Amino acid sequence: MELILSLAIGVMTGCGVWLILRPRTYQVIVGLSLLSYAVNLFIFGVGGVKSNMPPILSDDVLPATLSDPVPQALVLTAIVIGFATTALFLVVLLASRGLTGNDHVDGREEQR
Amino acid sequence: MIQWSHHLIIAPILVPLLASALLLFLDERQRVAKAMISVISTLLLVIIAFILLKIESGPNDFGGVYLLGNWAAPFGIVMVLDGLSALMLFLAALLGIAALVFSLARWHAKGAHFHSMFQLLLAGLNGAFLTGDLFNLFVFFEVMLAASYGLMLHGSGPLRVKAGMHYIAVNLVAALFFLIGVSLIYGTAGTLNMADLAARLPQIEPDRLMLLQAGAGVLGVAFLIKAGMWPLCFWLPTAYSAASAPVAGIFAILSKLGIYVILRLTMLLFGDGPLDGFGANALLLGGMVTLVYGIIGVLASQALGRLAGFSVLVSSGTLLMVLGINDGVVSSGALLYLVSSTFTISAFFMLIELVERGQDAGANVLAVTMEAYGEGDEEGIEEAEGVTMPGTMAILGLCFAACGILLAGLPPLSGFIAKFAMLSAMFGAGAIGVPPTAAVWTLIVLVILSGVASLIAMTRVGIRTFWSSLEGTVPRVLVIELTPVMFLLALTLLLTVWAGPAMQYMDTTIRTLGNPASYIEAVQKAYRVPGYQSAPTKVGAP
Repeated sequence: MELILSLAIGVMTGCGVWLILRPRTYQVIVGLSLLSYAVNLFIFGVGGVKSNMPPILSDDVLPATLSDPVPQALVLTAIVIGFATTALFLVVLLASRGLTGNDHVDGREEQR
Repeated sequence: MIQWSHHLIIAPILVPLLASALLLFLDERQRVAKAMISVISTLLLVIIAFILLKIESGPNDFGGVYLLGNWAAPFGIVMVLDGLSALMLFLAALLGIAALVFSLARWHAKGAHFHSMFQLLLAGLNGAFLTGDLFNLFVFFEVMLAASYGLMLHGSGPLRVKAGMHYIAVNLVAALFFLIGVSLIYGTAGTLNMADLAARLPQIEPDRLMLLQAGAGVLGVAFLIKAGMWPLCFWLPTAYSAASAPVAGIFAILSKLGIYVILRLTMLLFGDGPLDGFGANALLLGGMVTLVYGIIGVLASQALGRLAGFSVLVSSGTLLMVLGINDGVVSSGALLYLVSSTFTISAFFMLIELVERGQDAGANVLAVTMEAYGEGDEEGIEEAEGVTMPGTMAILGLCFAACGILLAGLPPLSGFIAKFAMLSAMFGAGAIGVPPTAAVWTLIVLVILSGVASLIAMTRVGIRTFWSSLEGTVPRVLVIELTPVMFLLALTLLLTVWAGPAMQYMDTTIRTLGNPASYIEAVQKAYRVPGYQSAPTKVGAP
């Protein structure tokens, strides 16, 4: 499972980095989303990969097998904030498209 | 009994947060009411920040560790007020009131929800200054950034949207770096509370320490993007010069937020112990390159806005270099420089808009180069109502000269005193007592060169603007617009007159920062209000 998780993080980060370096605004926003998914998975991973373990300590749960609740709380916050900023970026992207008439990140095509 | 003043620690976050929520209920047409709420909230902030600063400059150290929800330190979230955060709070509040009053003349009506976003920005800033927890810092950072995205775009227009898009994209990536850094630190140290982290640092095994260093490095990148260290700073001059004047005025402190966090974390975590001096060389070298880049930029700028943008980089570069040397006496001079340069740059950004109002960019000889930066495609601003300033050109010229003197670091204003304090400490007149090393020599030369460059650039621009203006139109400037600029410049004058007490305060602040043990102890022994514990336990039951 660790292998799958790390592969997923790696692939998404790679795609994300490539995409945010592209000149189209749509590619940038998809790249940013992919990167934030990768980061969210990464935060999840630092708490130790455990499946089917509760994050709440009770009498019949051993502290050793408990899955760490802090990264889960962190990732929840990060998802919410990432979602909001992506939505905001989308609006700016549309405003830029409307004002400049193209979807280049600089607002104008480079001269060839 | 917990003192009432203790609860004031949380007030700099709550007041603007409540004000911004309240402002959302008002219709956009009720401009006066909105402005009133915003001004009252910001004035309250100034008063609260002043009281906090007064408490902090008193005899007791760490008057303020505030436990949110009465949870003990490593488990709950803490707010920590010390000399540095009190200083930054006061600085932010003063800049806030100046920028807000400036915006009342016309800018606040240029788009929706200006006041709400402004208050949110202040809440985020204050929260970031006060928090003692890394993840909480992320949350407040994001609150501040989200508000700044909106403010950056305030007033709209193609140039602003373009610069704003770059600004948002860069800062979103910075936020991701922040998250990676925070999670790496959590993964290795198992805590996000700054004091707890500093306390646990010596016990971390060496193989995990490397991962923690990586995390701290990645985290540092996020703040260096904000502070504008080369090569992470190319977005900064464009974004700051494209933002509307009051927004650029308050943005002057955003780059200082990056500096603040780096100062706080390096002093707390890397002061001594296993990570002694971590990142110092990177800061020193990065600061030098930033300063060189800033100097070149200042000399090359044709437009006033870009000149101010590069001045931000010069100030950031100087501060980063000083953080890299990591010497107590130099650092206290640097704190004074931070305050002085923030006032100056904020006043300068607002002044620029007033000066440029009288200029016709198209008639300028340098119009072609200006066009390349997208200047001059601003649509005409309609006339605002209000009292016009008499003797406009004379006062504008005086303010401009004052800004030039402050940026160049010439006597008699506080720019000189701050630079003098830093340089004399570097020369070994201070506590170092040893001849400066090669790195320090380079630094001294660069700081002096940056002053010369600012002087040349400001003189050139000043002559072009005030003496050889072909058009000769006097801009229509309102009293309410010029007052904030003069207010900020008067503050630098006050800082000059009270340089002694100010330097003393900075000294004490840096000395407290240099002793992380007191910070850790204060947070760990923070006072919990009795009587609100959960249900009584079975211990001692019959």
